[in-house]
This record gives sequence, C-alpha cells and structure tokens, in this order.
Amino acid sequence: MHELSIAMSIVEMAQEEAGRHGQAHVQAVHLRLGRLSGVVKEALLTSYEMACAATPLEGSQLLIEEIPVEVFCPKCDAPRLVSSIQWFCCPECGTPTPTVLRGKELEVVALEIQE
Amino acid sequence: MNAEPRLVEVRKNVLKQNDVVARALRGRFRGAGVLAVSLVSSPGSGKTAFLEKTLTLLQPRYKVAALVGDLATENDAARLARSQAPVKQIITGTVCHLEAAMVQNALDEWDLNHLDFLFIENVGNLVCPSSYDLGEDLRFVLLSVTEGEDKPLKYPTIFNSADVAIITKSDLASAVEFDEAAARRNIEAVRPGMEIFKLSAKTGEGIDGYLRFLENRRTNSRAAAGVPK
Repeated sequence: MHELSIAMSIVEMAQEEAGRHGQAHVQAVHLRLGRLSGVVKEALLTSYEMACAATPLEGSQLLIEEIPVEVFCPKCDAPRLVSSIQWFCCPECGTPTPTVLRGKELEVVALEIQE
Repeated sequence: MNAEPRLVEVRKNVLKQNDVVARALRGRFRGAGVLAVSLVSSPGSGKTAFLEKTLTLLQPRYKVAALVGDLATENDAARLARSQAPVKQIITGTVCHLEAAMVQNALDEWDLNHLDFLFIENVGNLVCPSSYDLGEDLRFVLLSVTEGEDKPLKYPTIFNSADVAIITKSDLASAVEFDEAAARRNIEAVRPGMEIFKLSAKTGEGIDGYLRFLENRRTNSRAAAGVPK
C-alpha cells in the first residue's frame, strides 16, 4: 500500500502552494486520479485524512475526480473510452489497442483556499 | 480574512519528483549505452532465479549488473552474487516498491559507461510498483505457471504498464495444468501486442529466444542513442 506516501506528497504539495498565497488556509484539494494510476481512491481518501493530521491541512477535504481510461482506436481513427481495464480494445469495433491517451493521471489540479 | 474560499490552479503531478529523477536516470542509461530492465512480479514468481540465470548467461559476453529491491533481507543479492556479476541490494524497509531516487543512490559508485545491461529487481508486489518510473528502458512483468492464468486480469494496471511478459517456471506447466492459451489471451487483453516469453530458469527451456530479444534491444537502443558498438 503506497497510498499513504502519495497522500503525504499531496499534503506537502498543498502546503507549499498555500505558502505562496501567504500561508492561506487550505479547505480542499482537487485531485485528478486516473483509473490506471495504480492508486486506489478509497485507500487514498483514508490515507489523506491520516496525512493531514496535525498539519495546517487537518480537516481539509480531498476532492477526487476519477479519470476513465481512454485509448486510441487505429481502425476508427478516434479516441475511445474502454469499457473495462481488463480489456484494452475499442468498444465500438473491438480492435485491440495498447495506446492509452488518458487514465494515468495523478495530479493536483487546484486548491480551495481562504486568505 | 475573506469569508469566501478561492480556487487557485495548481496542475502538478504528485509523482513529479520521482519522474524528474527517472528522466535523469533514463538519460544517463541512454548516454552510457546501458540497457536498463526492471522486473516486477508477485512474491515467489521466480524473479531471482530468472535474474540469476540471465546474469550467468550474459556474463561471459557482456558487462552486466543488478540492483535488487527487498523489504528486509540481503538474501537475493547473496544468491545473485553467485553469477559473478556486481549486485547491490536496496533494502526498502517498509516501502513496498522501488522509487527512482533509490535507484539513483544505489548507482552512485558504479560507472555506467562500463556496463552493457543493468537489471533492477523490484520488490515482489503487483500493485505499488506500477506508479513509479525508474528510468528503465524495459519493464518485465513475470508470471509463473503456478500462479494462475488470470493474474493479468487481477492486476491489469501493472501488466498494462509493462513492456514484456515473462511466463516463468515452464517446467512445472503440465504438473499444475497451466492453460497457456488462456494466459496469453489475458495478457493480450490488458496489453495488446505485448511481447511474451515462456521459459524455465531451471531447465533453460525458452531462454535462447529471450536472450536474443535482450541482445537485439541493446543493439537497437545503442544505435538510437548513437553509442558505438
């Protein structure tokens, strides 16, 4: 389980960013989480609470936007959302494709701060 | 103090620090003409036996070295040292995966220009290592015939992140009624087009084709990086 170390990185990153805004109080962290990031949402939420304890972020919220896996279908020549991460193929025409366009994100997008 | 909270944009990759180090490592490997290969698998799939065989067979013709991640012991490094190749253990403590900085630190005393192949054995774990780029050229995921054909479907993220699948312990395939076609189908489903090798480190079955693949990849990546030989 590596979610705790990832949660700690998120807290660190948010504190750094808040420092740039005059030590503003962070109310929420917006995170983009791909289905292929290797990070489990529920475990990350629990870890986040633990990582925030006794820091200025204690009580803040982690708001996660889950990003589906999008692949490029060479036959349709178009981006497509896979119906399952156990089956990397075009949901329209069934062509297998290894080209992942989206779904590996693990990104802090924004902070909600109070100055 | 304002009453209204304000939204400020950040847009930063959480693993940015790791990615920066990994990119630097990749540059060093390319520049030195080293083919860096990492190995991931569940515990007990035969990573160390596979690596020992690989090192032993490459050793007479190439300069090879290995880094081995382990939670607590140095047993694997001791085993691999029998191949005569330089081996260094990275003890991760409670950390369930290798990170790029650990690889960078472990490489401190080694001159990469004197190497042809570097193998990095990750901690036995099919979940956590998938998120961490180590700067490797190729990631091998190992699946032993004793584990069950549906491993790729259970751990699609790590299988999808790998470049090559190695089916190990092929000498035990019939004893455990391993369904090779199903295993290949499942690997293909989570990573279409992935190169697959089925082999036994014990009997040597299937090793030749795999070694040829490694040698070709080294030649090609050297040519691409403009390194002689």
